[in-house]
Amino acid sequence: MTILTFTILVAVVSFVAGLLGSLTGLGGGVVLVPLLTIFFHVDIRYAIGASLVSVIATSSGAAAAYVKEGFSNIRIGMFLEIATTFGALLGAFLATWIPTAAIATIFGTVLLYSAYISRRVRTEAQRSLPPDPLATRLRLNGSFPDLGGERSYNVQRVPTGFSLMFGAGALSGLLGIGSGAVKVLAMDQAMQIPFKVSTTTSNFMIGVTAAASAGVYLSRGYVDPALSMPVMLGVLAGSLIGSRILVKAETKSLRLVFSVVILVLGLQMLYKGLWGHI
Amino acid sequence: MNAPAPAPQANPPAKSPAIVTDHQIEIVLGNLLRTGVLLSAAIVLFGASIFLFRHGREVANFRMFRGEPSDFRTIPGVIRSVLHGKGRGWMQLGLLFLIATPIARVAFSIVGFALERDRLYMAFTLLVLAVLLYSLLGSGLTL
Repeated sequence: MTILTFTILVAVVSFVAGLLGSLTGLGGGVVLVPLLTIFFHVDIRYAIGASLVSVIATSSGAAAAYVKEGFSNIRIGMFLEIATTFGALLGAFLATWIPTAAIATIFGTVLLYSAYISRRVRTEAQRSLPPDPLATRLRLNGSFPDLGGERSYNVQRVPTGFSLMFGAGALSGLLGIGSGAVKVLAMDQAMQIPFKVSTTTSNFMIGVTAAASAGVYLSRGYVDPALSMPVMLGVLAGSLIGSRILVKAETKSLRLVFSVVILVLGLQMLYKGLWGHI
Repeated sequence: MNAPAPAPQANPPAKSPAIVTDHQIEIVLGNLLRTGVLLSAAIVLFGASIFLFRHGREVANFRMFRGEPSDFRTIPGVIRSVLHGKGRGWMQLGLLFLIATPIARVAFSIVGFALERDRLYMAFTLLVLAVLLYSLLGSGLTL
C-alpha cells in the first residue's frame, strides 16, 4: 500500500468514526485505536498517539457550540481537571513501561465496559438533593436552562467523583481515549450532576486531559505526523459535520449499531492482548 | 454565576462583585478554542500537501515501532524541520499548535477567575496549568 492510499483510507475511516461518535454522543476516539491496530496493522503506540491528538481536536472543535447552550459548568470542569491531568500524566508514563499486550487487554476491557454503559437507560429525573457542604464550599453547585426555566442542582459525593476522575485521566493517558464512559460514571452516577451538564462539561475536560498526556507522547516519539494527520483531520471533519446534522429519529438505532461495533472491537482487542497477537 | 438558587438569566444581581459571568468567559474561550483548532488543521493540511506530493507514492509502514526521530519529538527539532521546508515538520507544528489550544484555554481561565475575584479557582487553574506545562516542557520536549 502506498502512503497516499493509506492516508486516504485512514482519513475516511477516521471521518466515519468522528461522524458516528458525534451523532451518538459516544465519542469517536474509542474505536480509532482498535481500528488502526486491527485493520491497518499500525503499532498500538503510534495509534494511541494519533488518537490522543484527535481527541483534543474534537473536544476543542466542539467547545464553541457547547458553551453557547449554557449547560457546562466551568468550576466543576476546572476542579475535576486537577484529578484528570494528574491521572493523565501517570497514564502517559505508565504507557511507556507497560507491554503492548497488556495495553491491548486493558483497552479491550474498557471497550466492553463502554459498550455496556452505552446501552444503559438514561434517566433524566428531577433530582432535588440537599446541598453537600464540600460541594458548596467549592462552589460546584449550579443551574442550567431547562424547559421550565433555570434548574438548579446540588453536586454530591465530591471525593468519590474526584478519585474516579483521576482514574479516568489515567485511562485517557494510557489508552489515548477521551474516557467518556468513566467520566459519565463519575459525574452522572457519583456526583449526581444532570446529564446535559456532565456531558458538555466532560467535553471541555477531555481536551485538557488529553493535552496533559500528549506532551509526554510527543516527546517519547509516539506521535507520528504522517499517521496523526489523516486521523486528526478525518475525525475533526466528521465530528464537526456530525454536530451540525440532526437525525433525531435515527440516533437510537445508530447508537445500537455503534455499541455493537464497540463490543466487537473490544472482543478483538482482548483476543489480541491475551493471546499476544500484537 | 454559580448561584445555587434559580436566578434570572439576564442581569446578574447588583451586589455581585463579578464584572463578567462564567458564561461570557466560556463563550470567549469556546471561540478561542475553535480558532486554534481550525488554525492547526490548516497548518497540518499545508504540511500534508507537501508530504504527500513528495512521498505519496512510497510504501506505507506503520507496523514497526521505531519511535520518531528527534526532529519530530522536540519543539526546536520541529521548528528546524519546518525551516527546512519538510512536510512532516509542518504537520507536527500543526499538532503542537493543537496540543497548545486546551492549554491556552486553561491559561485564559485564570484571567476569567481573576476578573471574578475568585482566588480559590485561580489557584486550582494555576495547578492544572502547571501540570500541563510540565507535560509539554518538562518531559524533554524542549531538548
